[in-house]
Amino acid sequence: MNVPVKPQHFYSYDEFDAAFVRSRVAEFREQVQRRLSGALTEEEFRPLRLMNGLYLQLHAYMLRIAVPYGTLSSTQMRQFAHIAEKWDKGYGHFTTRQNIQFNWPKLVDVPDILDALADVNMHAIQTSGNCIRNVTADHFSGVAADEIADPRPTAELLRQWSSNHPEFSFLPRKFKVAVSGAVHDRAATRVHDVGLRIVQNEGGEIGYEVLAGGGLGRTPMVGHIVREFLPKAELLPYMEALMRVYNSHGRRDNKFKARIKILVHETGLDEIREQIEAEFESLDKAAIAADPAEIARIEAQFVPPAYEALPDVSDVMKKAKAANSEFARFVDINTAPHKQAGYTIVTVSLKPIGGVPGDATAAQMRVLAEVSDKYSLSELRVSHEQNIVLPYVKKDDLFALWQELKAADLATANASLITDIISCPGLDYCSLATARSIPIAQAISERFADPDRQRLIGKLGIKISGCINACGHHHVAGIGILGLEKSGEESYQITLGGDPTLSASIGERLGPGLRAEEVPDAIERIVGVYLAHRDLDEDFIHTYRRIGHDAFKSALVTGTPRAPAASPLDQGGGI
Amino acid sequence: MARIKHPKILTASDLKQGDVIFFTGTGWSRHHLDAKPAQTDGEIAALEAQAKADVAANRILDVQIIDVALREDGRPEPIHYREKMRTLGPSVRRDLGKQAAS
Ligand code: HEM
Ligand code: SF4
Repeated sequence: MNVPVKPQHFYSYDEFDAAFVRSRVAEFREQVQRRLSGALTEEEFRPLRLMNGLYLQLHAYMLRIAVPYGTLSSTQMRQFAHIAEKWDKGYGHFTTRQNIQFNWPKLVDVPDILDALADVNMHAIQTSGNCIRNVTADHFSGVAADEIADPRPTAELLRQWSSNHPEFSFLPRKFKVAVSGAVHDRAATRVHDVGLRIVQNEGGEIGYEVLAGGGLGRTPMVGHIVREFLPKAELLPYMEALMRVYNSHGRRDNKFKARIKILVHETGLDEIREQIEAEFESLDKAAIAADPAEIARIEAQFVPPAYEALPDVSDVMKKAKAANSEFARFVDINTAPHKQAGYTIVTVSLKPIGGVPGDATAAQMRVLAEVSDKYSLSELRVSHEQNIVLPYVKKDDLFALWQELKAADLATANASLITDIISCPGLDYCSLATARSIPIAQAISERFADPDRQRLIGKLGIKISGCINACGHHHVAGIGILGLEKSGEESYQITLGGDPTLSASIGERLGPGLRAEEVPDAIERIVGVYLAHRDLDEDFIHTYRRIGHDAFKSALVTGTPRAPAASPLDQGGGI
Repeated sequence: MARIKHPKILTASDLKQGDVIFFTGTGWSRHHLDAKPAQTDGEIAALEAQAKADVAANRILDVQIIDVALREDGRPEPIHYREKMRTLGPSVRRDLGKQAAS
């Protein structure tokens, strides 16, 4: 059965894609059968299930589904709701890699889930393993006012090139690519294995600035520019050359030193650049470069929708704002400037106060699908901040949209504020975790619940990981929190001054680890130092850079903390 | 037979369902309190052999033998917080996992 797919302004599968995904599901169905019958041992089966996004976690299996560059149709979102209800426990988790994870699938059901995904042109291939993973992109792609060009045709081209690429399916380690096409970097391009920034050269020609060697995990590094300007047509040959250099020279002796960041670091930037260029020169570029007709076919799928000609100022919205301060707050905080007059980009926060960052129930997914049908041309985006974005909202419709979101507990006005916390699943779900991260996010969110205070504090990113793998991006947070184990207890290490944007930096450790219940007070004191020192309208990272790390050290000295309010930590875990 | 520092139990994941399970001495249970603690090297070796056999029989995966403390009634509670989490389910969703049933 194929669910009818609505007209959309982004890529949809051609026959080849669809047939390929179906055949992969059939193949996996057979592999699961062979596993259950005992024809395959776990050792033999594990790499096969991982190639299909199926992990074993702390309490159950976990299925990670690729959302290509974070772009989704309402039909696809509805299918997530259906999967959550039929085969999982009624909810899903949106991740920092713009994907979705289901926490409770049974092995025996996974082939049916994959078929349900194939019905809506989706799959879980290359969401694990040492291959090129789901390519991520700016979640405001195609609509941001500061955009030079839509990064999604590039991301889609890379998706097609890297899917099942025979030479690059057994790399030294996983490989993550992010693409941005705007002045502001919302895709964290400098902390990916490869970051591509669409730029314009002096001649007005569009091409890429290529960054390589960024990454988080146990050895966080900021990527370097390996090519200042790569003409657009040469993207695939250049990527092929870069991947070849990595594939031949990347370390395979030590898993912790196998990412390209270590290769770039150990080889030296100049040398690695030369190696890539030499490889690039030796390639038959014309044979590798994408056929211009194919590029045109892809680009044609991302044409902007037929916008209505509207005045940029909406009287309807203005009046509603004047009459309703809660709505006014939502507009001020959760909308972003759109390319098209009269339209706006809406961030739907998946961070209600005290909630689980990134989780959405099946009912909420259906509401999201429905409002996107009504107000955003049936399209949604998953952001790496673990929120959902509606890209094509008319300002005239914003009040109606907000009311529907509010009824579904989806109208929290906190985008980019201190309670818009990124958190990995941590020890509540993840078998690699050394500590829980979600309850810490919940406790901080409760502590800073007051909307006026949040607004006063302004933009401040808190990001939490439950182990050194850094899936929660804590290294690039204004305030990062890393959960570790210390003497048999959960312990939290705070870092300050991380930044995921073009001015990327890795956060610096503030001091010794804290107990879970000490964290909200410490955050409170850090914010106190910031507020005491900031210049007018200066955001956290700038104050931090101006006054320096040491100015914050006093924040860790446990003085007389406020009496902690009842927080999720008090009930947490029953342990 | 040498005494050991902590008694131990055998835990794993159920192959088909993915559920966390514990070895009771005769079979597998979803509840850790049903698990049979091993107190001596010999009993631990028996758990290891059991684990090997059930892995080979494709019933379980991700086997671990973990430290427990015995309650007054003799039933085992894991010592490490990670393993306590596994006996309960996500602390942030008390409506789900094993804790929901108990
Ligand atoms: C099954 C659960 C997960 C496992 C086993 C896992 C494993 C890992 C590992 C081992 C690393 C370190 C890689 C390295 O340093 O080479 C890593 C990094 C990362 N993971 Fe996860 N992860 C999981 C869940 C997630 C989730 C839920 C997200 C998104 C919220 C995520 C996003 C990331 C990101 C952004 C990084 C750092 C970027 C980088 O690769 O350098 N992961 N993960
Ligand atoms: S950072 Fe660690 S705890 Fe968090 S999801 Fe990644 S591997 Fe798991």
